Amino acid sequence: MIRFEDVSKSYPDGTEAVRGFTLEAPTGCTTVLVGSSGCGKTTLLRMVNRMVDPTSGIVWIDDENVAEVPPVPLRRRIGYVMQNAGLLPHRLVIDNIATVPLLNGVPKAEAHRRASELMELVGLEPRMGKRYPDQLSGGQQQRVGVARGLAADPNILLMDEPFGAVDPLVRADLQAELLRIQRELHKTILFVTHDIAEALALGDQIVILAKGARIAQTGTPQEVVAEPADSFVADFLGLGRGSLDLHLRETPTGTLVLDAHGRPAGRLVGESRTDATA
Amino acid sequence: MTWVLANLQLIGSRTVSHLLLAVPAIVLSFVLALPLGWIANRFRWSRATLLSAAGLLYAIPSLPLFVVLPTILGFGVRDRLNVIVALTLYGIALMVRSAADALASVGAPVVLSSTALGYSAASRFFQVELPLAGPVLLAGLRVVAVSTISLVTVSSLLGVDNLGLLFVDGFQRGILAEVLTGIVATVLLALIVDGLLVLLGRLLMPWTAVRR
Repeated sequence: MIRFEDVSKSYPDGTEAVRGFTLEAPTGCTTVLVGSSGCGKTTLLRMVNRMVDPTSGIVWIDDENVAEVPPVPLRRRIGYVMQNAGLLPHRLVIDNIATVPLLNGVPKAEAHRRASELMELVGLEPRMGKRYPDQLSGGQQQRVGVARGLAADPNILLMDEPFGAVDPLVRADLQAELLRIQRELHKTILFVTHDIAEALALGDQIVILAKGARIAQTGTPQEVVAEPADSFVADFLGLGRGSLDLHLRETPTGTLVLDAHGRPAGRLVGESRTDATA
Repeated sequence: MTWVLANLQLIGSRTVSHLLLAVPAIVLSFVLALPLGWIANRFRWSRATLLSAAGLLYAIPSLPLFVVLPTILGFGVRDRLNVIVALTLYGIALMVRSAADALASVGAPVVLSSTALGYSAASRFFQVELPLAGPVLLAGLRVVAVSTISLVTVSSLLGVDNLGLLFVDGFQRGILAEVLTGIVATVLLALIVDGLLVLLGRLLMPWTAVRR
């Protein structure tokens, strides 16, 4: 569990990135912080591994105040995945993945064995291990980034727009992979994105942020779409523009799902489950 | 050519003397310029100050420096240490800027991600920033190496043994072949050392040679 308790961050020049933020990210769940750029979501993420220290307030990991843990060991037990993967260009892929175990003094052979397992988990062929990051595609690099984040088997995974720089098809692939991995591993994931579709696809809990990291709404994807708290949330979801409004049309071959402009968005297959929360 | 063949031993010993002056100076300027470049790159006040100072250092004419330095350091004019110190100063003057630029060339995202992974500041410098600064450092070092090898010859005017003594001596005695040998040997030596540095770079930085 990660808990933000009345956390604020202001800078010497007077800008206030985060003001009085309180949130609990439950263990084993994916919590997505979603908001426009500059809303303070990355700042919040970096408070968890002390890349940023809050001006006031406390960040808890379970019952441990992170301010009381030295930053370097803290960071080594929290996975971190960032946009463009942030891989070390001078290290082979296998060494990139093994970075944290190697920093922790795990023998090289064992760290490499672990890295190979992770390559398989994230869907990378073993021969990719002997390449340099620049020899991989953007999507493959991002998979390496995820594997590296998982290498020390952390309980917590921080993901800062990890799929922001890849094309939409690859992004959808990576999102599906992350869901699959999460079903297997049950990490506590804090995921930052500005893409509402990504938030809806990945989050168990979605936190919609306005400027200064003000929480506009917290809820499951269903709750947020079914009952937007205010017009800010509705706008952010695109409800005002009709981008989430879908209609059904019967055709001789089945039922089509149409978007607000009458364009086909998909087809209806089977009965939808009744959802208790909806 | 007859002169060269008749004096192979002399050329050989002068080449060795030449290297014994140039190599320590090249190594020392690299080792000393690196922390200076780090400081120049690290603090806002220091960049302009250090880089201007380095520029001024390089503007000192070399012959007077070779003459003045011994009176400051207490060595004899022909002492090899005197020459090495002077050459090191010029090397630092060139290398500080390269070192500062090299460290600045390391991408901010890589530094950020290695911090997030849990590198301490020191291990991040030696395992991430320094290797990634490598290509620009090497480019600077190659200039320093070639310039030092050529600059060594100035000290032969004071009678210090090196390849420059061939053209000083050849000029005084009117032996054209000796003059030419001195020049060609100095240039060849610079080219060989430069080539070795490139090779060393390939070995130490294999990732720079991969096909993208």
